[in-house]
Amino acid sequence: MRNRLLTVARGALLLIVAGGGEGVALDGKAVFAEQCASCHSTTGPAPASFEGVLKRKAPDLFYAGSKFNRDWLLQWIQSPSLIRRSGVMFLNHVVSEGGKDRIKEDTVKSCPSKLKADEAASVTEFLMALKDPKMRTGVVNREKKFSMAQALRLFTKQYPCIGCHAVKVRDKEIGGISGPPLTDAGARLNPDWVYARITDPQYWDPKTWMPKIELSHEKRETLTLFVVAPK
Amino acid sequence: MNRIGAVLGVVIAAVLLSPNEGRAATAQENYRLYCVQCHGTGGNGQGINAGGLAVSARDHSSAAEMSKLTDEELHTAIAKGGEAVTKSELMPPWAEVLRAEEIDDLVVHLRKLCKCAVAK
Repeated sequence: MRNRLLTVARGALLLIVAGGGEGVALDGKAVFAEQCASCHSTTGPAPASFEGVLKRKAPDLFYAGSKFNRDWLLQWIQSPSLIRRSGVMFLNHVVSEGGKDRIKEDTVKSCPSKLKADEAASVTEFLMALKDPKMRTGVVNREKKFSMAQALRLFTKQYPCIGCHAVKVRDKEIGGISGPPLTDAGARLNPDWVYARITDPQYWDPKTWMPKIELSHEKRETLTLFVVAPK
Repeated sequence: MNRIGAVLGVVIAAVLLSPNEGRAATAQENYRLYCVQCHGTGGNGQGINAGGLAVSARDHSSAAEMSKLTDEELHTAIAKGGEAVTKSELMPPWAEVLRAEEIDDLVVHLRKLCKCAVAK
C-alpha cells in the first residue's frame, strides 16, 4: 500500500515537473542541430588548412561560452543581423574592379536562422556551456579605467589593428573590413576572450588572417578595455 | 594478388581522403590568406582594407618600388613588420605565424609579382 502510494506520488511529481506548461525547457542541442548546425561547428577543431578556411560557412561556436556575452547571444539569435561585412572569409566575396578590390555585398549573407524566444533560450544555454577549458578567466576587469589616448595610439598607430577592424572614434567609424567590426564589441564579446584572442589568435583559429603580435600584459589589457568599451 | 590490390586501394583512398593538415601551405595560399586583405588580389596595394589605411599598402606589382628593396629587407618586413624596415606599423609582423621558409617563399612570390630583381 505504502509503495503504491509512493509510486503515485512520484508519478504526480513527474507530471508536475514535466508538464509545467511554459516552464518546459527545449533541448538546446537538438534545436541547434536542426537550425544552426548545417553552418556552425560546435565540436571543432577549427580548420587547419587554407581550403578548410575557404569552406567554413559560419563562425566556429565550439568555444561560444568563452567568447560571447550571454545577453547579447540570447538577443542576437532571435533577430540576427550581419556582423562581418566581408563575410566569414573575405576571399569568398572579393571582386576586383578597375584594379581595386571590394566586397561583393550581395553575396554576404546574414545568419538565416531566426529562433523563437524559447528556442533561443535553450540554444543560448547549450552554447554558453561550450567553454574553452584552457582560457584564463577573471583576467580583465571591464570597469577598470584606461587611457583612451593611449588605447587609440596602440590600436591605430603603434599596432596594425585598425587595418582590419572598424571602430568608432569621436562618432566616426574608421578602419578596415577584413576582420569583424568592433563598434559594438562590448555588448557581444567577453573581455577575457578578447584578451586571449589578442594574445594568441592562432590558438583559436590556426588559419586566421589576424597576426600574432607580442605585447605586454598592460598593452593587451588596454587594447581589450578599448575594444569592449563600446556597447 | 587481390589482397595486395585491396591494401593498395585502401592506401590510395586514405591518401586521397586525408585532409591537408600535413601539407605546407604554398606561397600563393599564404599570400592570399595574409597579404591580399591589404595588398589586394592583384598585389597592387588595393585590397579590401585599402580605404581604411592611413598609409597605403605597398604596390607589389610595381617594379620601380620593389626593385629598391633587397630580398633581405622584404624578409625582415614580413617577419618583423613595417616598423623593422622604417615603414608603417600597419604592416604587421608575421614571424609568429609563418615559418622562415614560408617567408622565403613569399619573397620569391613577391619577385614574381613585381617581375623585378633588386636594382644594382
